[in-house]
Amino acid sequence: MSSRQIMTADEIRRATTRLSHEIMEKQAGTAGLMLIGIQRRGVPLAGRIAASIAATEGVDVPVGALDITFYRDDLSLVAEQPIVKGTELPSGIDGRTIILVDDVLYTGRTIRAAMDALVDFGRPQAIRLAVLVDRGHRELPIRADHVGKNIPTSREEVVKVHLEEIDGVDSVEIERMLGEPDGDAGTRESAR
Amino acid sequence: MSVTVDPATDSTGASVPSVDVAPETQPIGWHHRHLLDVDGLSAADLDLVMRTADAMHEVLGRPIAKVPSLRGRQVTILFYEASTRTRVSFEVAAKNLSADVVNIAAASSSVAKGESLVDTVKTVEALGAQMLVMRHSVSGAPYLAAEVFGGSVLNGGDGWHAHPTQALLDLYTMREGLGSVAGRKVVILGDLLHSRVVRSNIWTLTAAGADLWLCGPATLVRGFEAWAGRGAAAGRRFNVTTDVDEALRDADVVMALRIQRERMASGLLPSMREYAARYGLTRDRLALARPGALVMHPGPMNEGVEIAPDVAAGAQSVITDQVTNGVAVRMALLYLLAGTHGTRGSDAT
Repeated sequence: MSSRQIMTADEIRRATTRLSHEIMEKQAGTAGLMLIGIQRRGVPLAGRIAASIAATEGVDVPVGALDITFYRDDLSLVAEQPIVKGTELPSGIDGRTIILVDDVLYTGRTIRAAMDALVDFGRPQAIRLAVLVDRGHRELPIRADHVGKNIPTSREEVVKVHLEEIDGVDSVEIERMLGEPDGDAGTRESAR
Repeated sequence: MSVTVDPATDSTGASVPSVDVAPETQPIGWHHRHLLDVDGLSAADLDLVMRTADAMHEVLGRPIAKVPSLRGRQVTILFYEASTRTRVSFEVAAKNLSADVVNIAAASSSVAKGESLVDTVKTVEALGAQMLVMRHSVSGAPYLAAEVFGGSVLNGGDGWHAHPTQALLDLYTMREGLGSVAGRKVVILGDLLHSRVVRSNIWTLTAAGADLWLCGPATLVRGFEAWAGRGAAAGRRFNVTTDVDEALRDADVVMALRIQRERMASGLLPSMREYAARYGLTRDRLALARPGALVMHPGPMNEGVEIAPDVAAGAQSVITDQVTNGVAVRMALLYLLAGTHGTRGSDAT
């Protein structure tokens, strides 16, 4: 497996800041806004966007965490149940504008599951989607409203987002499955 | 075996943005196709059940307490013995996961016409059952069912042998009240001899590091001393006594077990009144335990016999929490077991 970096820590920071500005611009402020991160790496990202909004607007936007495990459409396909991480919403979602936050947008199935989960909690005014990376290959009619970086990929590649809060380092990498044993990942250039 | 199950993994009530942002722990999967007893569960398995039950507990608090995880799966509940809470708890749990539930009471089924257990199990499987919850008066019956059933079997209680979901919901309730049971004094008081609840609780509580005390009249604790000896040799903290004061002193949890009237007839107890006077959990006896000690009972209760009504309904009682937690724990188990007989081979995200 070979891997190469496509976003550095600084690029992630700038992208997150830009996402926060876009969200405020689109909403014309922060009234009624709630950020909900999708477990796991959407959760720290949502926290960062909230911190960025607090720094520029001086407003604390409520932040929640959503686990979509129970709403996945592939539970009968996987050999083993995924580990449930837990859902915690700061308040009701009725009438609010929900910004769903996730690290990578790929097939769109996670977002479909997240929307199904959200509507079980109430009736938001609107649901919007912010992602750090959009790698294409949608299988459902879903698009992101706010994108940190568009990265064209092939289906054989894997986009790995590392965040300080979970992985100890900020970095986005792309890995290509070459069907060879794990070696010195990161030293070879992908042959894409 | 010296294991601690739960160093602060309870995320309930944590502040919001910090949900599970600890360094990534290697996800530990679930590898048991059936739940027949708890003796085969490792500390990691117990921890996974507890964490999954936490998530289910959160689901129960939602405006719509229902998730679609088991949509299209058929759960058959086959009970050869009377039960209200366990059967209904399993049914509610399965429905909360959107499963299709089929209920069979043996008394009103072909079992009454002499159908064998194996034939009944094959029949419910042919009718589409993918998960089978069963209770039987014969110890070991679910093991026989598991041999012929193609899906997962969950033991809802078999004879005097095991009641795994009760033990797991008891552990969950203790963790909810105490944070962790490691090093805590847990007393189980009453008719141990006929109790499948205690036989399962021994495994889970000692695996979780509790200081377990079993207490009852000599006629109802026999046989457990030998087990306690073997447990102690294996590094588990496990005591048996007939001295109720010694058992209750500084206890963190006191669980009373039901005394059945049939026991009088068989000469094991002189009278209900004498049992209540010598072993009943009264307010005075409870005062020997630590302040705020949890009072538990697996139900159904004989109030005024093994537990005084004011204790059962008192501030320290978590008996109704046990019932609610039972639904969460059974949802967790149905969910985890359902993953062990899916169609393998795909890894769609």
